[in-house]
Amino acid sequence: MSELSLRPADPVVGQAIPHESAGLHVTGVALYTDDLTVRTRGILHAHPVQAPHAHAKVTRLHTGPALGVPGVVRVLTAADVPGVNDGGVKGDEPLFPSEVMFFGQAVCWVLGETLEAARLGSLAVEVDYEPLPAIITVREAIERDSFQGGAPRLERGDVDHALAGAPHVFSGELDLAGQEHFYLETQCAVAHVDEAGQVFVQSSTQHPSETQEIVAHVLGLSSHAVTVQCLRMGGGFGGKEMQPHGYAAVAALGASLTGRPVRLRLTRSQDLTLTGKRHGFHAQWRAGFDADGRLLALDATLTSDGGWSLDLSEPVLARALCHVDNAYWIPDVRVNGRVALTHKTSQTAFRGFGGPQGMLVIEDVIGRCAPRLGIDPAVLRRRNFYASGQETPYGQPVRHAERAIACWEQVLSTGDVAQRSAQIAAYNASHPHTKRALAITPVKFGISFNFTAFNQAGALVHVYKDGSVLVNHGGTEMGQGLHTKMLQVAATSLGVPLESVRLAPTRTDKVPNTSATAASSGADLNGAAVKNACEQVVGRLRVVASARLGVPPDELHFSGGFVRGPGEDQSVAWADLVAEAYVQRVQLWAAGFYRTEGLHWDSAAMEGSPFKYFSYGAAATEVEVDGFTGAYRLLRVDIVHDVGDSLSPLIDIGQVEGGFVQGAGWLTLEDLRWDESGGPTRGRLATASASTYKLPSLSEMPDVFNVALLERAHEDGVVYGSKAVGEPPLMLAISVREALRQAASAFGPAGTVVDLASPATPEAVFWSVRQARGGEQPPHTVPVLEGVCVVPEQPGAGARPLQPRSEQVAQDERVGQVAQAAPSSGGRG
Amino acid sequence: MTAEQPHTAQHHTVRVNGADRSLSGVEPATNALDWLRGQGLTGAKEGCAEGECGACAVLVARSDGATGTEWTALNACLVPAAALDGQEVVTAEGLGTPTRLHPVQHEMAVRGGSQCGYCTPGFVCSMAAEYYRDGRVAAARPAGPGAHALQACGPNGFDLEALSGNLCRCTGYRPIRDAAWALGEPRADDPLAVRRAGSPPEATATRLEGRSGTYARPADLAEALALLAEHPEAVLVAGSTDRGVEVNLRGARSPFVIGIDRLPELRGLTVTTDAVEIGAALTLTEVERALAGRVPLLDEVFPQFASRLIRNGATIGGNIGTGSPIGDLPPALLALEAVVVLVGAEGEREVAMADYFTGYRQSVRRADELVRAVRIPLPLAGTTAFHKIAKRRFDDISSVAVAFALDVVDGVVQRARIGLGGVAATPVRALATEAALEGRAWSADTVQTASEVMETEGTPLDDHRASAAYRRAVLGTALQRLHAETAADAVGATHE
Repeated sequence: MSELSLRPADPVVGQAIPHESAGLHVTGVALYTDDLTVRTRGILHAHPVQAPHAHAKVTRLHTGPALGVPGVVRVLTAADVPGVNDGGVKGDEPLFPSEVMFFGQAVCWVLGETLEAARLGSLAVEVDYEPLPAIITVREAIERDSFQGGAPRLERGDVDHALAGAPHVFSGELDLAGQEHFYLETQCAVAHVDEAGQVFVQSSTQHPSETQEIVAHVLGLSSHAVTVQCLRMGGGFGGKEMQPHGYAAVAALGASLTGRPVRLRLTRSQDLTLTGKRHGFHAQWRAGFDADGRLLALDATLTSDGGWSLDLSEPVLARALCHVDNAYWIPDVRVNGRVALTHKTSQTAFRGFGGPQGMLVIEDVIGRCAPRLGIDPAVLRRRNFYASGQETPYGQPVRHAERAIACWEQVLSTGDVAQRSAQIAAYNASHPHTKRALAITPVKFGISFNFTAFNQAGALVHVYKDGSVLVNHGGTEMGQGLHTKMLQVAATSLGVPLESVRLAPTRTDKVPNTSATAASSGADLNGAAVKNACEQVVGRLRVVASARLGVPPDELHFSGGFVRGPGEDQSVAWADLVAEAYVQRVQLWAAGFYRTEGLHWDSAAMEGSPFKYFSYGAAATEVEVDGFTGAYRLLRVDIVHDVGDSLSPLIDIGQVEGGFVQGAGWLTLEDLRWDESGGPTRGRLATASASTYKLPSLSEMPDVFNVALLERAHEDGVVYGSKAVGEPPLMLAISVREALRQAASAFGPAGTVVDLASPATPEAVFWSVRQARGGEQPPHTVPVLEGVCVVPEQPGAGARPLQPRSEQVAQDERVGQVAQAAPSSGGRG
Repeated sequence: MTAEQPHTAQHHTVRVNGADRSLSGVEPATNALDWLRGQGLTGAKEGCAEGECGACAVLVARSDGATGTEWTALNACLVPAAALDGQEVVTAEGLGTPTRLHPVQHEMAVRGGSQCGYCTPGFVCSMAAEYYRDGRVAAARPAGPGAHALQACGPNGFDLEALSGNLCRCTGYRPIRDAAWALGEPRADDPLAVRRAGSPPEATATRLEGRSGTYARPADLAEALALLAEHPEAVLVAGSTDRGVEVNLRGARSPFVIGIDRLPELRGLTVTTDAVEIGAALTLTEVERALAGRVPLLDEVFPQFASRLIRNGATIGGNIGTGSPIGDLPPALLALEAVVVLVGAEGEREVAMADYFTGYRQSVRRADELVRAVRIPLPLAGTTAFHKIAKRRFDDISSVAVAFALDVVDGVVQRARIGLGGVAATPVRALATEAALEGRAWSADTVQTASEVMETEGTPLDDHRASAAYRRAVLGTALQRLHAETAADAVGATHE
């Protein structure tokens, strides 16, 4: 067992404790970025001017009339940018665009003494546009060959040969929808500049270091002149990994130009219309099965809807390709990927980061082929599970494949699945107007950033003379309980009670060059860095204690606020030891660092072992569908999920439940609609408010919701034997969609095959019920063909492979330096 | 919090968490949320600014329908701050502190009810309102094994409906439900519990002048009509659940706003042998309580109408006054053959609900009139039902709403009244379907024929909520569903 994963006796990790800020949350005193507004004297408010076209040239921008509106202080435009006019890392996201690339894009920002003044000012700005043709749907993009970025291919074996010899070959298509993050706290930044020109931005960001870099390059400053702090976020879910940067930069630009603090907070409608979402995908596939239903080959082409700029579309696509196998062994595989360029918001990271989309493709294939093969879907799934020793299509051994089976078997038994399946059959036989179904699906999800360089983290741990401890680390708190876990890790590593440790807000001047708190990696990376820092301090204290107690350093035990030797009286209180160490001039703080070992990934070849380990889980969901309307409810959900040895069980169960319900929302209610008509509002987001975009409410919670963490699941080589938890449970919700499909088919005779659009709204389910009763093909679905197969489009040989982001970052820095030398240059790089 | 005497109205102040705060200079468009946050009380949050997410929920002292006070949760983002003049408000900060948590806060904290915490103060306020609901514990009954989440009361009588207007994106709700169901009874000396025995704050007449306009709350109907005559451009606001959205999201502003939600003449509810008359300024929560099951069709509507937070503010008159084509009450009122009582300078007039709407958000109401009451004739039809077709069970806007009121005597449909929402520019009666039913046997054959007629009612549109084809299809299945349900009732079958 590795040093990193070994737990001492009486650890604070593993205790089920509430969120460290729970008391602040429930009393309303926890501060979020916008709560600073009322506490900041003389603050200005920013409001955007949003373009009423999906694609247009800005032919004239006249800000004069806005300046005549009482309370308007300044209008920020491209001409004001001293550095690079770009809010992204790929050089394709002008902050103040000369060409509008999506409906509602901000062309300039108005600063006012009040938000009302800034809003009225934004209405007074005169902008002339020359409308241009716009591509809205991913299918339009495919027809018009509108793509961006690299087009990766993941390939193993000889798919064409395997399909030629397969007893059963099917082909089909799947259009799967995107998803709005709908973090309850919208994007927000508060910026000010101090007397020495130091820029301080408080931002609701998952990636403070990158926010800092972008603020610096927009302002033409070096990184050391910009500090970014994130107090906490009111939800992130990936939506604050890249998207906050531009807003932070606008606020910082306003602050540097006016000398006054500036607040930029998006309203819900602005947030919905301006910021990126989960990528919708279009998938074409052919799959071959043997006579027993074993998968022989999969040929698929995934086209993601990237929106107007690249953002994180390439790594999202890479993860989708790497998860198209989910938990299944597929001997011969070819998956092509490409990113469509459409005139919509720039789609971005969202919990699962392409994994859900890739996994939905294979689960859709299995769910649709099972009745055609005459095999129960649960049996078909289980029959195709990975066995130990097998490798993923990209060549990584599937370690702990038996844990997927363990989760699956436990759900079957604790969920009483066999008995309930019989009850469901009896219910359906006696209820013509409502049908029930139970579906079980597995999850295998790779943990680590695909891009190896991001798998590093830092921490700064201070022990003060009185023995109290202050922890800084590079991760951000968005509700996932990272800070709670870090407190537990620090208390365990130092052997002190939890109350002795405090956590400071995340700041770039405490821990530099951090990675995004993303990819579920926050606790793995930052936990190891915190532990490393604590161990440095403990190592020094051992020497002091050894001398004081007369015990060899290795025989000392740090626990519960005491340092003890083997003997009864060989003990010293932590605080006393710390005080003594100070007098002896021993350094009582340390910077910790961690990098994940053993990762390698060739993004051009799509080969390697990009993941430290896999997370596993299984969910069984029972639904009831009303045949009159397609309305449904979740009757019962049973989940067993593998989080290793949990660092914090209350937090981890909360992540599993919350991820599941969010995934269920993606696959059922949440329905992003864009105006696809040829009218004047083509490209407008039609669901740009909370009243038109519906997330799950309390009424969508399953009536019975049982979540268990897999026991005896120690993960070697990870901090205190734990595993990541943020993203993997989201994909357990695929069981909801599969259950709805099965319930809809139950309205037809046994063996009925239905197609189900995604998201499976009540309307979509209604059309599937109609199909089961002999109706037409449901809208937004394409029938599965058997035998005579459609071959997925194969992007040409000239397609560019994915570029690792490190190369792009380096290139951006060169652009930044050039821009600094010649401040007038800007625009799209 | 300290136990308070009933608030003696000082002009232009709100008692917030036990301390008076001045409203002077507040603009008519400033909502209570922005005002509270500007006061430094940043616990209440803006999540949507349209009453959908509940992150802004606060507690307001309101009449309990008798002589006492009820802590009522409202969306602060929708209520004009000026409308709180003379009222009492409690926010999450006022319920407890991190070192002295309120029982609701304690349960939410220890059970993992907060993750990011942003929605939490709003949940806490909604939960506290239900915690303090009079008779909650007394009415407690164990939730059955197949209990529907929609109606489920916990073992402590806690009705989850109370949380229907609060959204959480993190937890998946299970720990929030567990927190709600773990609550005990308030202690006898709990100051907010004690406050319930006192009178609610009076709704005094007021007039607040801001830079951009005026908010006036007249003392009585006569003054309201006079103000309306004097300011024909004035906007009438009751619960502000619709107007607040216009103000927040679409920049609607008005130099003169008249608050009519507390006019005594608009707040009566009378039952005679001929009719039930419901005052226009009663909130839907108040109507539900005062009717006490007298109109079963409305009892089907209420739980499906928006959320508890909205129903605590929204009035029956406002739902008619805004003239939305998909407001859920008008289809029901059409089926009930209700009459709208309008009052103006020239006196009262009555308009049948079926004649009230003239176009999209247009009605026969003149600018100098307001809705005083809605009258529902008695006796009621024997078979009534309300079908709301929407994506979400709590707090959604209907794609289609169908209200049925049928009299079936000896197996024959004597009389049929069907109101539809979401299929035309206004709520409409399904006249052709009614004709296809009346005088015929209430049978599968009749239903089949009438369903085909019903599919052709109205002119449904394609939009982001539903396709026109789906709207038509569910119009067609609505009668079949009603028939299946009434048949099931007739044979005494139960739903599992």
